[in-house]
Amino acid sequence: METWPIYRVMGPDANDEDRVPDPVKVKIYEDMVLLRTFDEKTITLQRQGRVGTFPPSIGQEASEIASAHALSKEDWLAPSYRDHGALYVHGVPFENVILFAMGKASSISGQVRALPTSIPIATHLPHAVGLAWAARRQGEAVVAMAYFGDGGTSEGDFHEALNFAGVLKAPVIFFCQNNGWAISVPVRWQTASPTLAQKALAYGVHGQRVDGNDALAVYQAVKAARERALAGEGPTLIEALTYRLGPHTTADDPSRYRPLEEWEVWRQRDPLVRLGRYLAERGLLSEAEQAAIQERARAWINRAVEAAEATPPVDPTAMFRYLYAEPPPRLLAQMQALQEEIG
Amino acid sequence: MAEINMVTAINQALAELLASDPRVVLLGEDIGVNGGVFRVTEGLYERFGRDRVMDTPLAESGILGAAIGMAVGGLRPIAEIQFMGFLYPGLDQLISHAGRIRHRSLGALSVPMVVRIPYGGGIRAPEQHADSAEAYLVHTPGLKVVVPSTPYDAKGLLYAALAQDSPVAFLEPIRLYRLGRMEVPEGPYQVPIGPSRVAREGRDLSLFAWGAMVPLALACAEEIAREDGAEVEVVDLRTLAPVDVEGIGRSVRKTGRAVVVHEAPMTGGVGAEVVATINETAFWWLKAPVARVTGFDLPYPPYAWEEFYLPGSKRLLKALRETLRE
Ligand SMILES: Cc1ncc(C[n+]2csc(CCOP(=O)(O)OP(=O)(O)O)c2C)c(N)n1
Ligand SMILES: [Mg+2]
Repeated sequence: METWPIYRVMGPDANDEDRVPDPVKVKIYEDMVLLRTFDEKTITLQRQGRVGTFPPSIGQEASEIASAHALSKEDWLAPSYRDHGALYVHGVPFENVILFAMGKASSISGQVRALPTSIPIATHLPHAVGLAWAARRQGEAVVAMAYFGDGGTSEGDFHEALNFAGVLKAPVIFFCQNNGWAISVPVRWQTASPTLAQKALAYGVHGQRVDGNDALAVYQAVKAARERALAGEGPTLIEALTYRLGPHTTADDPSRYRPLEEWEVWRQRDPLVRLGRYLAERGLLSEAEQAAIQERARAWINRAVEAAEATPPVDPTAMFRYLYAEPPPRLLAQMQALQEEIG
Repeated sequence: MAEINMVTAINQALAELLASDPRVVLLGEDIGVNGGVFRVTEGLYERFGRDRVMDTPLAESGILGAAIGMAVGGLRPIAEIQFMGFLYPGLDQLISHAGRIRHRSLGALSVPMVVRIPYGGGIRAPEQHADSAEAYLVHTPGLKVVVPSTPYDAKGLLYAALAQDSPVAFLEPIRLYRLGRMEVPEGPYQVPIGPSRVAREGRDLSLFAWGAMVPLALACAEEIAREDGAEVEVVDLRTLAPVDVEGIGRSVRKTGRAVVVHEAPMTGGVGAEVVATINETAFWWLKAPVARVTGFDLPYPPYAWEEFYLPGSKRLLKALRETLRE
């Protein structure tokens, strides 16, 4: 029987060496702090009615941030709704994320190589296969990486995408954050399979479990998957074991379904605390420096919120702007009717 | 009799059905322990257990396909799709199988299942949580489609849906879930599938609506009565498939004018079907062209644009006045 060990780089159970360049480690830490600060701030904004429903990623910062740092900006990202952290690393500014939470903007902006966040679970996984294939056909040395959750592995699209990728040997990475829960449904009700990574086996795809709260392990695992993909060795399914410490979204109340004891256990494994301690122990970032990073992050996020809130109300007809390159006459008439309606 | 909202009315119907009919099973995402993301199935898991109120894996095709099998196999499944925008991965099961098995088995097999689907906008929801995709369902032969707009109709239509020998899509307007209470009797009663409901009588114009557009239609009808002295008849279709051909014709033959309002995009929407039905049943009685007031031919926009996208009183009143003027 194949076993599925958990890949680790930090801590007493490490089974590989830390090969992450020091400046990258520090940058990962900074971005994790930024994401945590952003999520905490946005939860507050939501409670005050200043933004809409928001899915925080508190507890998953190592998976979110370190995975995206292992990519090149030329790689394609196919994110889910909880992946504003990865999108930020890939090039979408947090100001945009706030505007998105205000219902005023798209989930992506500018020239970033990413699809809009996928709301229907796992439906974007086949897109990642197609993106990877297109890149290969056009001689680009890039990969595509899809982000999704444990719940996503139950959808047909997950299986179709893995199978396709295996057959095509497409340079694609399926990055699954197993955070224990799909809203109120625990992983053991999602699948009878002991691990998610082993689902790769049947499709001839490389599967790997990673400690998703070990930022350095996540970074190295994605880097290795990327290298394998670029070397023509095919796709990888990474199962990053992590935990959603917060609610599914600000509209969710986890106390209805989740045992507090479980949460307590995972709170002790906070990926941010863990990386901070690791960096301090190695003299890479003192506690005082970490405190300063947190302070800077707060100030920076507050400025970003101010900037987002200072944007004028939306132009009502802007929603007609992008659906077609050349809008059909009836749509133009509808836009005109709206213009008359609002005066 | 207790005054309850639509969530409680549906919950009550589900509890009664589970208690009275051992064939009834509920299945869907987060409907058990969590009581559903809108709390419609609250308390049912605790009362009836996991075999009757099933938290399923996250798989709409699996949910609807399994429900089809359960229905053919002798159970009475009531499946929940969490939001209409997440129906699409399971749409194949409704179109290719649920609607066809009776036909393809020459009547030997039937699919008595209900699919509950929260739908519609107006609640500042995240992207893709506000779709009104009723037209896809109405266009599926073999499938019945109902949309309650009151707590009373919600409970009675659910009883009627489960008594059908065919699959029924039961659309629940999210915006109306907790918007108002009314007296709803305990115990079983049916609101028949098919007939529309005259929500307000009038002689000058027939206004056809369903779901969350019904309260809007009623409010606009009152305003027209106050400001313009005309009497608008508001017809709540309640059943979109099979549509109430007779009821639509009867109302328009009386009033000679008609407007239809829906949230969904205009092109290919159910409004077009209503207009065609008017053409077939009341053409010679018409005094003015029939108007459609709808969402635009766009994907439902991010919520900052919601108030501009959805038909509101301004858009509807304009159409009513123009149609009355002709
Ligand atoms: C196709 C589809 N079905 C249902 C939903 C509703 N929904 C949103 S998130 C979610 C749970 C997802 O869990 P998981 O895949 O583990 O990701 P996580 O939220 O834990 O990151 C569900 C059921 C959806 N968005 N798309
Ligand atoms: Mg999850």
